[in-house]
Amino acid sequence: MREIDVKKVTETVAEMCIEANHFLTPDMKEALNRAADREKAPLGKKVLEQLQDNLKIAGEDMIPICQDTGMAVLFVEVGQEVHFVGGDLEEALQEGVRRGYTDGFLRKSVVRDPLDRVNTGDNTPAVIHYSIVSGDKVKITFAPKGFGSENMSRIFMLKPADGIEGVKKAILTAVHDAGPNACPPMVIGVGIGGTFEKCAILSKKALTRPLDHPSEIPYVRELEQEMLEKINRSGIGPGGLGGSTTALAVNIETYPTHIAGLPVAVNICCHVNRHAVREL
Amino acid sequence: MEYHFTLPLREEDIAVLRAGDVVYLSGIIYTARDAAHKRMYDALRAGQPLPLDIRDAVIYYMGPSPAREGRPIGSAGPTTASRMDKYAPELLDLGLKAMIGKGRRSEQVREAIIRNRCIYFAAVGGAGALLSKAIKASEVIAYEDLGTEAIRKLTVENFPVIVVIDAEGNNLYDIALEQYREEARD
Repeated sequence: MREIDVKKVTETVAEMCIEANHFLTPDMKEALNRAADREKAPLGKKVLEQLQDNLKIAGEDMIPICQDTGMAVLFVEVGQEVHFVGGDLEEALQEGVRRGYTDGFLRKSVVRDPLDRVNTGDNTPAVIHYSIVSGDKVKITFAPKGFGSENMSRIFMLKPADGIEGVKKAILTAVHDAGPNACPPMVIGVGIGGTFEKCAILSKKALTRPLDHPSEIPYVRELEQEMLEKINRSGIGPGGLGGSTTALAVNIETYPTHIAGLPVAVNICCHVNRHAVREL
Repeated sequence: MEYHFTLPLREEDIAVLRAGDVVYLSGIIYTARDAAHKRMYDALRAGQPLPLDIRDAVIYYMGPSPAREGRPIGSAGPTTASRMDKYAPELLDLGLKAMIGKGRRSEQVREAIIRNRCIYFAAVGGAGALLSKAIKASEVIAYEDLGTEAIRKLTVENFPVIVVIDAEGNNLYDIALEQYREEARD
């Protein structure tokens, strides 16, 4: 057994909250730079250049990239050889979010109840997805999610007979409906298969995969490419103001499913597709 | 076209603006988003006055991140405007001159914009750090308990926006799709 003090977990999560809200990962920056070089539409190009300036200012002056610093989502992979000491893991993770959002001047965007809507004041609770894996390490992925794009995400419970054409239609429907609301250029996370909730989690997880790592499954990789090309011919463009840069990537994850079903979840993310990954 | 305007917007300013124009605004604008709009709506139902002079005002749909020491505001980009569609037509009829947000508006809002000769501007979503640089002062004037959703009076200098819906009702999002779509929607 390897012992990990939960204090370390709290400190790590707090750092990740601040890092992810001020700095995009290199693959995201690269994709935005490429798009700015290629975009032909004058307003669209202007928007992409503003986004490049925005990233520079965010990092240099430590101002969050976007004022919506999101609801905190954590994927926590715990090696089964790990023994946590010094307190409760769940509380340590929540404390990390509390501290990161308070010390990092990040926006508190969480309400305690979906209908009475009183702000909790510290951006907790986070949404935490745990999984137990082999080994003696803990891998934490922090992915804050803004709700301009989250609100435009969709789940489709297709029939097996709908097949791949049905999946394509579902993805394009979600993207067209999202349009300018989701702050394009978007990153599209897609989950196909599993159950109702499994495909939703897959679609969220898909957003954390580096944009330059296509799927390893050949037909899925082709589908990712085809969807990206189609989406970028939609005309929506940067900021919805027109152009050929509507999405930076389409990341698709799949899972076995039931003989009667074909669930598809489309989790739309804006161009501020944030995440930080650490291993303890 | 590109314009620099000092607020409040005059009739003749509104008259020249067309969907797609880039505008730099200087002067006073107010922030309000979901919770503040609901309170203003409830205040009007109860026959109470609004906490700001709505006549000729510009409302920015925005809830900032907290300011670091010595700065007027934190990250300050627009939020999705359609969530305010329920409330906007009444405010426009009461004299609200312009809204700054991002994303589509309802047909009811577009009609209220034409009826009152107003403007819907978009600021670039997700550019909150850049946009914060154009905000020189910020003061909470109402609903302080709402935190980021309180109503703030902002002093802005050359705040960059784009006309999405002009006073004639032309909508840039629709025009852009027509112009740049390379294939029919499947």
